[in-house]
Parts: sequence; C-alpha cells; structure tokens
Amino acid sequence: MNERNEPLIPKIGVITDVRIDTPDVKTFRVVTPDGKKAFEHKPGQCAMLSVPGVGEAMFSITSSPTNTEYMEFSIKKCGCVTDWLHRAEVGQQITIRGPYGRPFPVDSEFVGKDLLFIAGGIGLAPLRSVINYCRAYRDRYGRIDIVYGARSADDLVDYREIIEQWCEDEGVSVHLTIDREQEGWDGHVGFVPSYVKELGFTPDRTAILCGPPVMIKFTLQGLGEMGFEKSDVYTTMELRMKCGIGKCGRCNIGAKYVCKDGPVFRCDELDELPDEY
Amino acid sequence: MKRCPLSRLEDLFAALAESYKLYIPTDGEKGSSFTLWSEGAEISRRLNTARPPKDFFFPQSEDLMGFKTHGQTVELVDLRTEKEDFALFGVRACDAESLNILDRVFLSEPGDSYYASRREKGVIFTLACNKPAETCFCTAFGIDPSRPGGDVSCIECGEYLYLEPLTQKGEAALERLSAVTEDCDSAEAEPQREKIAKTVSRLPLADLSTEGFGEGKTDELFSDERWAELSRCCIGCGSCTFVCPTCQCYDIKDFKNGSGVVRYRCWDSCMYSDFTKMSAGQPRTDQTSRFRQRFMHKLVYFPENNDGVFGCVGCGRCVAKCPVSMNIVKVMRTLGGKKDE
Amino acid sequence: MQKITEDLARRRAAELMRAGEISCLLGWKKGEFDYDVEPTVFYTPEEVERELVCNVFSAANLSKYLISLTRKAEGRVGILLKPCDSFSFNQLLTEHRFDRERVYALGLPCEGTVDTFLLKERVGEGIYSIKIKDGALEVETLSGEVKEIPLSEVYAERCLVCKSRRPVAYDEMLGEVTPDADEDRFAQVEKLESMTAEERYAFWQGELSRCIRCNACRNVCPACSCERCVFDNPTSGVETKAPSEDSFEEKMFHIIRAFHVAGRCTDCGECSRVCPERIPLHLLNRKFIKDINSFYGDYTAGAEVGSRAPLVSYTKDDPEPGQGGQK
Repeated sequence: MNERNEPLIPKIGVITDVRIDTPDVKTFRVVTPDGKKAFEHKPGQCAMLSVPGVGEAMFSITSSPTNTEYMEFSIKKCGCVTDWLHRAEVGQQITIRGPYGRPFPVDSEFVGKDLLFIAGGIGLAPLRSVINYCRAYRDRYGRIDIVYGARSADDLVDYREIIEQWCEDEGVSVHLTIDREQEGWDGHVGFVPSYVKELGFTPDRTAILCGPPVMIKFTLQGLGEMGFEKSDVYTTMELRMKCGIGKCGRCNIGAKYVCKDGPVFRCDELDELPDEY
Repeated sequence: MKRCPLSRLEDLFAALAESYKLYIPTDGEKGSSFTLWSEGAEISRRLNTARPPKDFFFPQSEDLMGFKTHGQTVELVDLRTEKEDFALFGVRACDAESLNILDRVFLSEPGDSYYASRREKGVIFTLACNKPAETCFCTAFGIDPSRPGGDVSCIECGEYLYLEPLTQKGEAALERLSAVTEDCDSAEAEPQREKIAKTVSRLPLADLSTEGFGEGKTDELFSDERWAELSRCCIGCGSCTFVCPTCQCYDIKDFKNGSGVVRYRCWDSCMYSDFTKMSAGQPRTDQTSRFRQRFMHKLVYFPENNDGVFGCVGCGRCVAKCPVSMNIVKVMRTLGGKKDE
Repeated sequence: MQKITEDLARRRAAELMRAGEISCLLGWKKGEFDYDVEPTVFYTPEEVERELVCNVFSAANLSKYLISLTRKAEGRVGILLKPCDSFSFNQLLTEHRFDRERVYALGLPCEGTVDTFLLKERVGEGIYSIKIKDGALEVETLSGEVKEIPLSEVYAERCLVCKSRRPVAYDEMLGEVTPDADEDRFAQVEKLESMTAEERYAFWQGELSRCIRCNACRNVCPACSCERCVFDNPTSGVETKAPSEDSFEEKMFHIIRAFHVAGRCTDCGECSRVCPERIPLHLLNRKFIKDINSFYGDYTAGAEVGSRAPLVSYTKDDPEPGQGGQK
C-alpha cells in the first residue's frame, strides 16, 4: 500500500452479528478481519460504511466507545446501501472508515449534569452510544432520564437492552411511549413531544434529542415552554455526505460542514445556521 | 530576476520539457487549452484557457481505489501511482490564485493525498495579462494581473519574457533554464506593469467590489429576497461550476468494470437537484436555494472559514459561459455595494 | 429594423400588461455587457419599457420556461417568440407541457442571432461596447479601437441554416416576417455521412472528449422536459456524472439524449449554443431529422400542434431503417 495516508481509503470490516431490531431496523456488529475494533471513537461520531459496487454512506456508531471489542450500527432500510446491508449475512465483508464528526461533549459540558435523552424511532441509534457511555461512567453524571417513543412497540429499537439493562440501572429512568394503542402494550401511549411535557422535567437539565424532524421541532418548542435554554439542548443532524472530511461540499450549511463541525450541534449553534436542513 | 528573449521562447520550452512534462496553452478552433508541449507548438494568443488548470490537480474524474470481491470477502486495491514532475506554463494570475484556494480545501487536515501529490509534482509558471478581457474582475479579489503568483512569475515586456522565482520549487526550475535566460534588473518589466494597471483600471468590471460580502454576512444575505429574482432563469446546469477554477465539490461513485469495482470521484455541482438529495428528504428544494448556496459559499461561507479569503478569483469564465448569463458579477452588483460608496 | 421591433415589443408588451391581458412577460434584458443579453421574466410594464431587449443577442429560446412559469404565475403569461422558438413552443404544446390558454405569444421577426464566441474571436480582444447597425456591429475594443464586424460573419451557425423564419405560433406578430435563409441545413450532416466510420468516430471522439457533463445541453433543451431525467435517477444504472476508466460514458450520455429527443427535436440549436466546450451537439439531432425526412417524408417537429410524429405513428408503408430504409 502507498505510504501516504489517505482519508478516503477505507479499511475492510467484517459483519460478525446481525440483530433484527424492528421490521426495518437491523443492528450490525463490525470488526476488522483480524477480529479487532476498526478504530476508537467518541459518543455521537459517525463512520462511513460501504458496499463496494453499491456505494458508501454515513452512519452513526451506536455502540459505546467503552465497548473495546467491536462497533455496532443500527441501520434503517431506506436506500441502496442500506437495502444491501439488510440482505447481508454474518461473515460478509464491507468497508469502514472514520471516525467522523464532533462528538457529544460527554467529558466536558455533560459532566455533573442531569441528562435528559429524548429519542424517536431510529433516532435512538446515535443516542445509544452516549447513553451507554454515561451509564459506564455513571458517577460523572447526575440523574439520567430517557424518553423514547416509536410508531408501535415493534418499532422500538434496542428494546431488550432497554428493558434488561437501562431500566435496571440505578438513577436511570426510562419512559417509553408508542404513537397508538396496541394490544399487549400497557405503557404510555402518545407522541414524544407531549409525553415530555407531561413528564414535566425541570429546565436545569441538559437535553439531548434525536428523531424525525417533526418530533425535533415540537419537542424543542415544548422544552422552550418548559424553560430550557437552547444552550442546554443538543441534537444530531443528518445530511447527505460523501467524503466525511469537509471537502466534497455536500453537507455544507452556512460556514459549517455537518460531517466535521457536526453532526452534534447545540441548539443555539443551530440557530446561527441558515435555515436549510 | 531573469529574462529570456521572446524570440527564444521555443528554446525555453524545450529546456523546460527536458526536466518536466510541459503543458502550455495552445489554440484550438473551439478555444484554448493546456496541451502537452511538443516542438513547434505555439503558445495561445487568447487571454485564457476555456477550462482552468484545475484539471491538472483535481481532474474531472479520477479513480480513487479499486475493490475485488470474492464471495463474502472484499479486497482493497490501491490505485495510486507515482506522479511525474510536470510544469504548467502560462497560468494567469487568477488561476494561480485559485490553486491557493483549492489548497485551503484539499491540503487542510486531513489532507487529500491525490491532490497533494499532484501539487507537489507540479511547478507553475504564471504569465501576466497584457490584454485582459471585459469579463475580468480579479482585482476585486485583490489579485494583481501584472504580478501573477505561482512558482515562477512571468511577464512579457518589449522583446523579453521576464521570469521571477517566487518559491523554492520555482528557483529550482529556473536554474534548469540558465542556458536560455540571463540576469536582469527587476525594474525592466515595470513599464509593462504600469501599462497593465492602466488597462485594468478601465475594465468595465473594475468597479466591482466585495463590499457587503465576507465574514458575518450570513444572516443578512441568506434571507435577502432578491435571490429569487437573481436565480429566476437559472436552468440548474453545472457550467458555472465546472468552468470555475475554485469550485471543488465532488461526488464519489462506484463503477463495476467486469473484473471488479473502481471507486472514483468526479466533479459535482451544488446547482444540481440531486446534490443534497437523501432518502430522508431534500434540504434545498428549489433552484433559488441551490443558486444561493453556490454564491453564498464563495462570498460568505468560504471567507468565514478561511480568514476572509473569498472563494472566487474573478477569472470571468462563468460570466462568459453561463447559458443564460447568470453569474457572480450580477450577484455582487445586486446584493453588494460598489467601490467608493 | 431591430430597433423598430424592440420599440414595438416594449410598447405592445407594456400595453398588454397594463390592460391585464398578461401578468408577466418572458423576454430578455441586458446584462453586464452589450452582447450579454439574458432571459428574464418581467412583472411590471415599467420594467418592460425600460429593460426589454430584442436584438441579435436575444439568443436564448424562452419556450421551455413556460412549463414552470405557467404553473406558478397567475393569469396569462406573455412570451416573445423568435420564429425558431415558436417550433419549440408548438412541440411543448403537442406534448401537453403547458396550457395554451395560459399564454399570450408575441411573434418576433428574426434575421439571426449572434454567436458571441465567434464575435469575440473575430474582435480578438476585450469588447468595451457594441452598437448594432444595419448588417454590422460596431465594436469598440478595450484598447479603444473601433471595428466594424459584418453580422454575416458572426451569425450563429443555426441561424445561417435556419429552417424557417416564418413563426408557426403566435397570438400577434410584431413586425414583418423576414425571408428564409438559403443555406442548406443538412450540408454539415452530409459531410459527416461522407466520412468513413473511423473518421466519423475520430470526429465525435475529439468533440465529445471535451464534454464536462455540466448538463447545460440537457437542461436548456425544450425537448428534455422529463420531470426526472434518466441520468438523475440513481436506480437507472446510467446515473454517472463523469467517466470512470472508460470514457464511453460521455458518449453514452449524448447518444441516449439524441435518441430520447429524436422526432421531437425542432433543431433550435440551443444545445450547441450553451455548450461551454462548443461541442456541435445539434449535429447528432440533425442527423436524426435528416434520416426521419428521408425514411418517412419531410417532417418538422413543432411545425404544427398535435401532429403525429413519424416515430410515434405506424403505417404499413413504413420503411425499415435497419434494412437501409427498405419497405
């Protein structure tokens, strides 16, 4: 191989496990061919996965950096690359490069804070990495609340992990909701934004949200009404990306490149960007 | 400073061609272009090439890597090859400056090795513009067409070509031309510089100014209602982007060639509707927003990230080539201020 | 003559706008330079009276803009149609791309438009200003020289071989219809036909190798009005933006495009006008037109609205092009 390091040239990755999460979400475990983690990352960062001949796409790394053995990606089926991945079986080799982007400030701003995670649907994927990181370093943070909603109980990603691990943790409260009544579901029913308001969190917390644009919009509105400052609210963005290193121009909004200046943004930072995301 | 009689230009090219793959602008029926020099090749009499020298460093299409797949396994093939030393002669001041702009993108960390290796191997001989065109506005971006940059800055004055090395690479190149050049006083080329300055001050776009653009102008300019009017007849093609010496957006695609997969990159344009299209949606839904992005990037976002340096060098290619005469000049005239206002 | 038409067009369009007959006007206005005339939409009669330009530099074909403009504008849209643009106008109507009732067309006489590349080549240096005179352009250069350039030397090729200067669509005609050009439109195609296959391949290889895939030819083409082009569709398998190792990709783009517009191309020549690399793309289309004429009898796309084009109608007498045109 050429001695010069080239960020666009990926490593080979192997899919060692495929977990079916929901009807359209699967979680893939990826390591290098010699069984190691491809690279270290921080919570909120992303990686470029590719299927040669099909294409390359950016995904958030859903496993926590505290996992030293492998990386995981929860991927929703919604395009060429993801369709192909959903058909892939254990043992399939793909390519991987990264990590990309600015992570959540888990070692700075978040330290000592009560954290409120709010996610909708596949929006839990990028937050899972942060949640598990914070659980691993439990003593650095205050109370942790997780509000998570999906269309139906079947669409809740990582349901088993949530029930068996998160719900069992001390100081971690999980609040699940689904959009409509469903047989066998005795939990909360309703949309995420209104559930957040119902739960009535105090605005001294740091909120971290991820989900579909509508959910983000109304949740932000609700948090504002509850007295949250925009500088205490974080979210992560998704735009089309090709290079991952701020050069190809695709994810440029204002003077920022989502791939390197994001994907994590504080909401007051977002306010300074032109409104086209 | 060195000089070489214009009558010996051919000898100078021959001497350069001994050490470098030499490209000079030559005339074709459809415009001029940088072509590989061969004996007898005449340098173009046109002001500038139809396409900027960008291609030499960031080609329209280039293979990045290859893959071979067998069953479930994937093998990576490094397609990068050692580049040859090459020289470009006759690069204009605007185009030379455009490379500094591309450097800011491609050489900033993490650096792009494909671009970097070409930049290292290429030596740029610039040539002052004795006859600028009406579409020129490099001076709006602080470029002096009588003192072009690059590795060796050249100017034709009287019977001579004057050559001044600006970089170490340029000095090394000039040393190889000792047989055709001689030392001279740097004041000798001054009369021509003054002449150029005078011509430039009378250009129709000489009053164009960057006033009103640059850092901190995002809010004010982004929401300006006149973008709609400016972009009304834009047909959404990529001519402006692809003839632009500073546009650097690219796409990465895979190509199956029968024996494997080649991953290549090619120029792309923010003017295209699919540029930002994702399965989850499209943040720029109309041509106005795409048009705005291109000019906001050059006039506001780029300077914001690059110490106030604008992403345009005023070469005027977009002015000449847009099928419907939309261009950065009209944007600057409409949304900005004029000099001395 | 041109001046008279421009005055008339300004007056008439402003009148129509004031009377509420049209809500806006598709026309041209002056840009940065005298030769730099851009398509635009006027919304007020004052703008029309002040800025409308109808001269040898009003080259852009405005018809295609009707597709989007009639969808969003209120009331009737006014448009200025040069004779060649009126064929595109009819062809778009044939393809139901806009509603005729929503448009008021003003026909313009035309003696040709200037190819600004040729003009710049002919002048040889920067152009400061241009005065349009009878049959010639008086050009003042940046060095202060004044050159008189005969228009006949700088007319666009498409105008020298113009198929017809009789407009085929208008609600009212401004001025007199001008006499037709007398040069043979198919001479260049015949020249290509007379080449050997190798020569012809080399010719197109040379031309198309300059293509930068900017899509200007496609985007400007009135026949290319698909809501989503096959080349923009990631699942089509041909959505490449540039060649990889095989430069055939470019040729494929142009050949497929020529096939897609075959029988619908009115030979307006916009593809070649807008090409930043000056590739004579219109010759591909013109070859199709010539073949269609020889196989099925003379046919001009856009000459009438709703005509059944030879390639979309079948008769038992149709020849087989694949077998040398035998029936």
